[in-house]
Amino acid sequence: MAVPNNNDKLVKDVVRVLTVTGPRYYAAVAVLAAIAFFGLIVWINQVMKGLDVTGMSNSVAWGVYITNFVFFIGISLAGTLISAVLHITHAEWRRPITRAAEAVTVFALIFAMISILVDIGHPERFLNLFLFGPAGSPMIWDIFIVTMYLISSAFYLYLSMIPDLAIMRDVFPAKSWRGILYKILALGWEDTAEQKRKYKKAVSIIVVLIMPVAIMVHTVTAFIFGVTIRPGWHSTILGPYFVVTALFSGLAVISVALAVLRKVFKLENYLKPAHFSNLGKLLAIMSALWLYFTFAEFLTSAFAGHLDEMYVITSKLYGDFAIPFWGMIFCVAASFVVLIIKKINPIARTVIAAVFITIAVWLERFLIIVPALTQPLSEGHKGGIYHVSFSEIFITTALLAGFILCYFIFVKLFPVISILELREAREAVPTAMEKIKSYLHDEE
Amino acid sequence: MKTPDVKKEKDEKKYGRRDIIKLAGLGAVAVTAAAITEKVFAEEPEASPTRWAMVIDLRKCYGCHSCSAACKSGNNVQIGNFRSWVVQVEKGQYPLAERDFLPRLCNQCENPACVRVCPTTATYKRPDGIVEIDKSICIGCRYCVNACPFGMRSFGWRRGYDKGKEDYPARRYGVADKCDFCFHRLENGMVPSCVNTCPAKARIIGNIKDKNSEVYKLIDENPTQRLLPDLGTDPHVYYIGLDWDTAEKAIEVGTRQTPTEI
Repeated sequence: MAVPNNNDKLVKDVVRVLTVTGPRYYAAVAVLAAIAFFGLIVWINQVMKGLDVTGMSNSVAWGVYITNFVFFIGISLAGTLISAVLHITHAEWRRPITRAAEAVTVFALIFAMISILVDIGHPERFLNLFLFGPAGSPMIWDIFIVTMYLISSAFYLYLSMIPDLAIMRDVFPAKSWRGILYKILALGWEDTAEQKRKYKKAVSIIVVLIMPVAIMVHTVTAFIFGVTIRPGWHSTILGPYFVVTALFSGLAVISVALAVLRKVFKLENYLKPAHFSNLGKLLAIMSALWLYFTFAEFLTSAFAGHLDEMYVITSKLYGDFAIPFWGMIFCVAASFVVLIIKKINPIARTVIAAVFITIAVWLERFLIIVPALTQPLSEGHKGGIYHVSFSEIFITTALLAGFILCYFIFVKLFPVISILELREAREAVPTAMEKIKSYLHDEE
Repeated sequence: MKTPDVKKEKDEKKYGRRDIIKLAGLGAVAVTAAAITEKVFAEEPEASPTRWAMVIDLRKCYGCHSCSAACKSGNNVQIGNFRSWVVQVEKGQYPLAERDFLPRLCNQCENPACVRVCPTTATYKRPDGIVEIDKSICIGCRYCVNACPFGMRSFGWRRGYDKGKEDYPARRYGVADKCDFCFHRLENGMVPSCVNTCPAKARIIGNIKDKNSEVYKLIDENPTQRLLPDLGTDPHVYYIGLDWDTAEKAIEVGTRQTPTEI
């Protein structure tokens, strides 16, 4: 492999992540690819035989696939939070994790789109959404905004990477495939003052523009359900609720991803316990907020006691969906308890909580979508029964495997730690000190 | 690699890159504005003289399920799905027990919840009031299946069962399906299969805008009921002699064919 002609430790470490690949990495990629491939076969089987192979019926016409879609959409929010919100608020600890978080956003959105393709009856006709889509359909709003979010976050991921790619271009020999790849992608970046000025301006514009888009993505996804007259879906709180849950799950997924990167690529020098501690704090806040929203949602509908609403609520509290519901509550409560125990080290603490939260949020998405469909105002045909079929389980597993696989490949192709951000972090220390001094009171 | 000299380039060309981008942006805005204006100021389609509606006289219905069978075979509805069916509801104790029948079919609403949500315009309302599905456009997202509060929509879950023949629709896989008042028959001067086959003559179809039609007269002369009128969808299937409890229960049991007790 190419020997980097750069003595900077940071650049060396980034190059090491890119080039030094252990057997365990290959094993993991092989396993993930096998699962994803198997899922592809199951999907082909589903396309050949029809959606009859799923557990869905005319009454429960949306199931695990739409749950996956909403789940993937949800975890896409965190990248924007880390790279845009923390960027604007000058939270310095974000610097080493921005790239990893932004990549989660892009891949989550791609897999959300794939989840839709898996779910619809005629995947080959998906272009009809763009050809005939009427402006009045909430699903068109969602397709529009998700596409916009995917394009803008992929663009942002790429834009923020250009200076790093230029460094990589200079490190690797020009004739190697990496050298050629980075040369093309670096777009002739020479680190000139003019380029830096334009780059700074572009980044500061896009981080502001991407935030409302991100909020809209989650709100509009909630509107798909919220605008129908179905009890359990028809709720004004659903939009904000989805935003909160999205942040919640996104932060959890990023915490897990960062812990894996840290362990596998020995990035202890960059991803420190402080980062995980901060993520843990954010997670604790989000879980409290999530419990608050859940409580508000349940109390208002249950107290009013409209019969149709009560069918949905009781089916969750002590009916058919009691196990997933109380499982979800247990997971969130457990994550909260784990997060506030100071004795566990911050990395383990955050990762355990994050795994709990990821499970809880998937269940939450499921519990929003399915119980509402099994209830009387709807069909109630088959008595509102929904059994998750093997096809659905396999394809869901495969989607998850594919998501992780894409992430693994991304890590090997592009610098996962932002060199530019970390270099700026050093420069930012005096500025930060100045800032603190500026709001200190005067001691006479 | 050198950064190109922007100033020099600008002098050489009449339009710089930035001007072109600006022009393109303006063009995009203009096209969008034109499209919106066209939509907003488009002339309303001329009101059709026809508005199909159905009256089901429950005093005559004796629950023979002929309509279900005629509908299913006439439209080649997929296995497991129905476009029209009859709900049976049992009430009371012997000797005062009774069994109510309630034929169900698409209400052809004036403000259909299913049309509003369709992301491809595959589902649309015809000028004569019939809500139709263009099965060559439908992508099978099933949003309409979830949005219909009456549960009248089904989905082609199974693939490869039937190819159809001439004048006989194929069972379409992967698209939404529902009753369309057999508009292919109406257009050719025939009544829908269910109306045609009903031995009790309990189903009557007609143009509700025509004051001389049987449908208009029946609604005019009798107290009629509709299912879930409070949802604001304005259903156009009217029942005569519908019992409130039966209606509630019927919505609940969906397509279940066996008698249900209240």
